[in-house]
Amino acid sequence: MSDFVIVDGKEVRIEGERNLLELIRKAGIDIPTFCYHSRLSVYGACRLCLVEVEGRGIVASCSTLPEPGLKVKTATQEIREIRKIAVELLLANHEKACPTCAKSAACQLQAIARRLGVDEVRFHSTHQPAPVDRTSPSLVRDPNKCILCGDCVRVCHEVQGIGAIDFAHRGAQTAVVPAFGKDLKQVECVYCGQCASVCPTGSLTVRSEIDAVWADLSDPNKTVVAQIAPAVRVALGEHFGMAPGTVTMGQIVAALKAMGFDHVYDTSFAADLTVIEEANEFLARKEKGERLPIFTSCCPAWVKFAEQYYPALLPHLSSCRSPQQMFGALAREVLPERLGVRNKELVVVSIMPCTAKKFEAKQEKFVTDGIPDVDHVLTTQELGRMIEERGLRFHRLEPESLDMPLGFKTGAGVIFGTSGGVTEAVLRYAVEKVSGVQLQSVDFKAVRGEEGLREATVSVVAGVTLKLAIVHGLANARRVAERVLAGECDYDIVEVMSCPGGCIGGAGQPVSREPDAVRQRARGLYNSDKMLEFHKSQDNYVVNECYQQHLGEVGGEKAHRLLHTHYSSRRRITDEEISLVNGSNGAPLAVNVCIGTSCMVRGSQRLLQALVEHIEERGLVDAVDVKATFCFERCDRGPTVAIGDTVIERCTVQKAFEALEQALAEARAPELAAAGD
Amino acid sequence: MSVAPAQVTPQHRKFQRVCDIIDQHDRNPGKLVPILQAVQEEYRYLPEDVLTYVATSLGISPARVYGVATFYAHFALEPKGKHTVRLCDGTACHVKHSIPILEALRARLGLSEKQNTTADMLFTVETVSCLGACGLAPVVVVDEQVHGQMTPEKAVEVIEQIMASEESK
Repeated sequence: MSDFVIVDGKEVRIEGERNLLELIRKAGIDIPTFCYHSRLSVYGACRLCLVEVEGRGIVASCSTLPEPGLKVKTATQEIREIRKIAVELLLANHEKACPTCAKSAACQLQAIARRLGVDEVRFHSTHQPAPVDRTSPSLVRDPNKCILCGDCVRVCHEVQGIGAIDFAHRGAQTAVVPAFGKDLKQVECVYCGQCASVCPTGSLTVRSEIDAVWADLSDPNKTVVAQIAPAVRVALGEHFGMAPGTVTMGQIVAALKAMGFDHVYDTSFAADLTVIEEANEFLARKEKGERLPIFTSCCPAWVKFAEQYYPALLPHLSSCRSPQQMFGALAREVLPERLGVRNKELVVVSIMPCTAKKFEAKQEKFVTDGIPDVDHVLTTQELGRMIEERGLRFHRLEPESLDMPLGFKTGAGVIFGTSGGVTEAVLRYAVEKVSGVQLQSVDFKAVRGEEGLREATVSVVAGVTLKLAIVHGLANARRVAERVLAGECDYDIVEVMSCPGGCIGGAGQPVSREPDAVRQRARGLYNSDKMLEFHKSQDNYVVNECYQQHLGEVGGEKAHRLLHTHYSSRRRITDEEISLVNGSNGAPLAVNVCIGTSCMVRGSQRLLQALVEHIEERGLVDAVDVKATFCFERCDRGPTVAIGDTVIERCTVQKAFEALEQALAEARAPELAAAGD
Repeated sequence: MSVAPAQVTPQHRKFQRVCDIIDQHDRNPGKLVPILQAVQEEYRYLPEDVLTYVATSLGISPARVYGVATFYAHFALEPKGKHTVRLCDGTACHVKHSIPILEALRARLGLSEKQNTTADMLFTVETVSCLGACGLAPVVVVDEQVHGQMTPEKAVEVIEQIMASEESK
């Protein structure tokens, strides 16, 4: 009796469940919920998980602790009615555009309404239509379909440590919005899409590029090629009812060919290239002992996160482009000649598990002469829908093989899709290169695992060990970044992937209700690695040929131009400057004082006050423009003040006054000379 | 009074005060509400750049600060007029016909549910839920002055008196 809860008359043992809901689900009863996610904090808002506890009445099972001896009923007539009316009320104000909704098949609101037998909505809608936000390159936010479960708010805040969206207003006006009701594009959203992944309705969905791809496929003047990311092959099957982790690469190729793609290649090929470039970059830095740890740069959501919050760490990011962008650049270099087409006629489509890849591909730095390296990015979900639309029976497709040369990869390039995979792939290369001895075993199991923040130490040769950190979830990345900045850790490599479990848990993947889907997808990738002929990127002879014929030296000038990139500081929210003094002279001297967090801590606020007082006292208000700005990307050397073109780091009041006087004197000098004439 | 061609913008003083206010509250995110109250006291409303600044200083997301600022009716995100007219629409005032007073005030000042501050920044008209003066229902509070047992005509008269005194200034 002591360790049991009685659920609908049956004893269920308490085994460390955090709440009654988990315990009841363990007993095989799938209580419906909108706002409960095991990874997120308990919110208790949707009221669907109500159960009757003897002696307590009706309670929310998600926020009730399992205590020995509790007697629980999960489906009394009263509970059934409460659940039904809760869903009915949600439906009353919901924009019921189900047949045309992007979430249609995966919508939880639809599924639960059907399950609970809600067959009519007796209430009129009081909802005032709100504009749909289509500004993000990755996501569409439709407030008219929001049921206020808050899953998106909590995943963004708790898992990603960002908080780009939150509840605003109150009562019937309550809405989930970015700060100040701005668009997603204007705020600190990193486009990871985890909000869309947990959204039970069509309020947050992946921005589709399907139509653009069909248009190019049906254009006879275009040659359309595809690259398929590692994580796609172990998840697309789920869209067609297969178990998570089922490897369907052959069917994917067949489907793409049937849809009209001319050539189908593998992003894992580019991942092999990434391994070689990144490992060499790391080894060069390690030798000099500079800019360590190296942070991986494959994940565009992480890169944007770092650009926004940790500009001081940007020199630590590997300058390597992500495999998607390496593939794009290389395709533009190699394929036109090989396929006999001009770059204008070549369309590069990538198929990714990721929504942030859409944003990555559209960045200016990856567009040359108006031609983007990657034209369109489809998520796994979108590919699934296209296969359906094309009328292909996925199960029945005869597997086909990838095209050469860019379809050839090693297992190292395949495990890139899971957390720890990039690190392991780099180790397979770096350890062999440093030790000069062929690896006995290519498996580095120390870096595998599911924890969001893992550490591992790998011995390379006698006396040389590498300290590694593997992170998924940007809240974890933030923790590591803070420790690196504070000098509290001595990692050599930090691998960051934004999504839970790595790219296999990306928001572009089919939304799974299976609790261990991500684990199964990871297994799928590791099994794929085992099945391949080669496991180390250095064994990819096509990559080696590519260096000989096209790229030249590893890390050389051409490799750098095509395979590497640069980063720049970003503001989290646009239009943040605060004007303090507006000079009225023709060209007032610009004085910008950083009041970002790091500079604030170092006293930029006092500096700003002293400067303004000084300017007032000296009667200089006409001659200067003083602005408080957010972040000069020199956070480690703050406080930072820019006077005219001069940027002063570690600025003191004295230094600022001197620079100000000097700049003003210089500005006055020509005037004085003119006055002397 | 003539305005100097260039001067320290009024924002500057307020911005300094924002820094002081945040310091006085130990930069504690848990004290967000008192910080916003103090900022609004100083500024009469909560400008976007100041809210972003408060968020950054406290290490919380701007969306969360925005959420708190929009949750409480007390906080205003738009500049308020020089004179605030608060019409009570609590139960007692409502049954004593507060809504016609609101409509009359809006009509006189050219305001609507969406726009509650006059273009000349002289008046802001808002409703509040119970001022605790139910015995005087319906109640209108203009600035700090309580006017009981109002009618649409009387309320408009109060406004017109203020307009007249503003014009004579």
